[in-house]
Amino acid sequence: MTIKTHTAGIAQAVVLAALAAYPLVGSEFYVEMVAKVLVLGIFAMSLDLLVGFTGLVSLGHSAYFGVAAYAVALIAPEFAPANLWFVLGAAVLISAAVALGIGLLVLRTRGIYFIMVTLAFTQMAFFLFHDTALGGGSDGIYLNFRPEPRIGGWMPFDLAEGSQLYYFILAVAVLVFVGIKRVLRSPFGRVLVGIKSNEHRMRSLGYSTFNYKLGAFVLAGALAGLAGVLYAVLFGFVTPELLSWHESGHVLMMVILGGMGSPVGAVLGAGAMVALEEAFSLLTTHWQLLMGGVILAVVLFLPGGLIALPGRMRQLIKSGGPHE
Amino acid sequence: MSDQLLVADKLTRRFGGLSANEAVSLTLTRGRLHALLGPNGAGKSTCINMLSGDLPPSEGRIYYQGRDITALDAPQRSRVGIGRSYQRTNIFPGFTVLENCRLAAQSRHQRAWRLFANALGLRDTLDKAHAVMAEVGLEAQANRIAGTLSHGEQRQLEIAMVLATDADVLLLDEPLAGMGSEEASRMVGLLDTLRRSRAILLVEHDMDAVFAVADEITVLVNGQLLATGTPAQIRSNHEVQQAYLGEEAFHA
Ligand SMILES: Nc1ncnc2c1ncn2[C@@H]1O[C@H](COP(=O)(O)OP(=O)(O)O)[C@@H](O)[C@H]1O
Ligand SMILES: [Mg+2]
Repeated sequence: MTIKTHTAGIAQAVVLAALAAYPLVGSEFYVEMVAKVLVLGIFAMSLDLLVGFTGLVSLGHSAYFGVAAYAVALIAPEFAPANLWFVLGAAVLISAAVALGIGLLVLRTRGIYFIMVTLAFTQMAFFLFHDTALGGGSDGIYLNFRPEPRIGGWMPFDLAEGSQLYYFILAVAVLVFVGIKRVLRSPFGRVLVGIKSNEHRMRSLGYSTFNYKLGAFVLAGALAGLAGVLYAVLFGFVTPELLSWHESGHVLMMVILGGMGSPVGAVLGAGAMVALEEAFSLLTTHWQLLMGGVILAVVLFLPGGLIALPGRMRQLIKSGGPHE
Repeated sequence: MSDQLLVADKLTRRFGGLSANEAVSLTLTRGRLHALLGPNGAGKSTCINMLSGDLPPSEGRIYYQGRDITALDAPQRSRVGIGRSYQRTNIFPGFTVLENCRLAAQSRHQRAWRLFANALGLRDTLDKAHAVMAEVGLEAQANRIAGTLSHGEQRQLEIAMVLATDADVLLLDEPLAGMGSEEASRMVGLLDTLRRSRAILLVEHDMDAVFAVADEITVLVNGQLLATGTPAQIRSNHEVQQAYLGEEAFHA
């Protein structure tokens, strides 16, 4: 047990060091790709809070991601850089508020109905930005300047510079990762896991589970919003596709691919998804077909996702060894 | 007067055309153990479900220390002090025994906003969890996964979890069913102690156990209240004797 947590700690330190060193060796193209993985990793971790820990399978999580990304583009002035802290705070708050409103309605449903209603809300958000003057139509909106992290007269760093943007995203991803780990071992987090295991019993023990689920929903929405902000800043434009249910399915597949119920798994899933998409799209234009095959294979042969792979291998080696 | 903790006033619960409980009234008093008897299908579990908030009554009111709590849902009733156990074991099978009890204890002081506190470091909650495991005799199994316990041990855990909520009123639905005789007699001894400071409603088929520990007994048949009284009164009640002699399901 302690040896295992020790190994996990060392592995995490090694990965973090590799990520920190990467801009020194990687090309600009790949540095941006790793940054994208980190952003999607935050997005996937936020969804995993619902799917893997609370047992709420949302198929509408892109709404909060996309709304925050749009908020950045809409708040930013056209001819000058916006203040990073202001747009970040405002966009995350907006996402949290949207999640609160939607959560109050959808959390009254269960199971397949929950999936359908979350899906319906994300489609509504998609059409709101796609078909009205608000979102600039199907072309989306360009962000003319990257926001500036100015505090008074002081600029601690400059996001216009690629590697500094990378380090900013890495720092946020690490903060989110550590924060989610802490939340999961808090009284609140233990209740979420209890709800996933047996909501009926949680209620008879005195937990008003609706409030807890709503709290999880808002927190997950806010973190998805944070990912959406980083996405807008990283790529400099937003399109309605960010809100579409494809994007919701996409992030759900990352969670499943990496292994539900594990923040490390969520980031792994995001990494695997981006890497496979990249590799397959070089091979063939029908890469989505291959992608579907990989997801199927994982669900069928590796139900715990990539995160379960080391344990599975250990088991295989053990069962191959001599019997007692 | 203030010792009357829970009063059920003419509770009726219908499932379609079936009246699972018909105008059932009973009073649970601090310091007393009230047994609920009746053949299978008599409506005992339905009665507990209405008292605990798992099922809304079709008619009738429920009072806790004089306050009408009929409109409160299950979590709210748990928080005012009504705890229950289930006839079919209802635990968190994937968690350790300790975590099952710890979650139950945490419900008394939920601290939902302390997002960065370590739940395992909350002393009051942890101490309570250990205390109830010791009370029911599960201390040695603290780190076992609850789903791997024997059936009897899972029944003990079921009780430990109610105790961890510090309930004033205990609604226990066949807690002894499935326990070994040693575990069962330990549990009867525990109920005897618990009763001193609480009100207990006990559903149980083992007549020897019931007549040994009950202060009052209510007999339900077909959802109807047949008789209420002391064990001596119930034993000599003509209607009860007739109902029982006619009932095969009731020869525990
Ligand atoms: N949820 C339900 N839906 C329909 N009928 C039910 C339900 N729960 C209980 N009943 C019926 O109500 C009657 C009383 O059941 P129950 O309260 O479980 O009896 P007991 O616990 O005394 O064995 C039975 O006929 C049972 O079939
Ligand atoms: Mg029953």
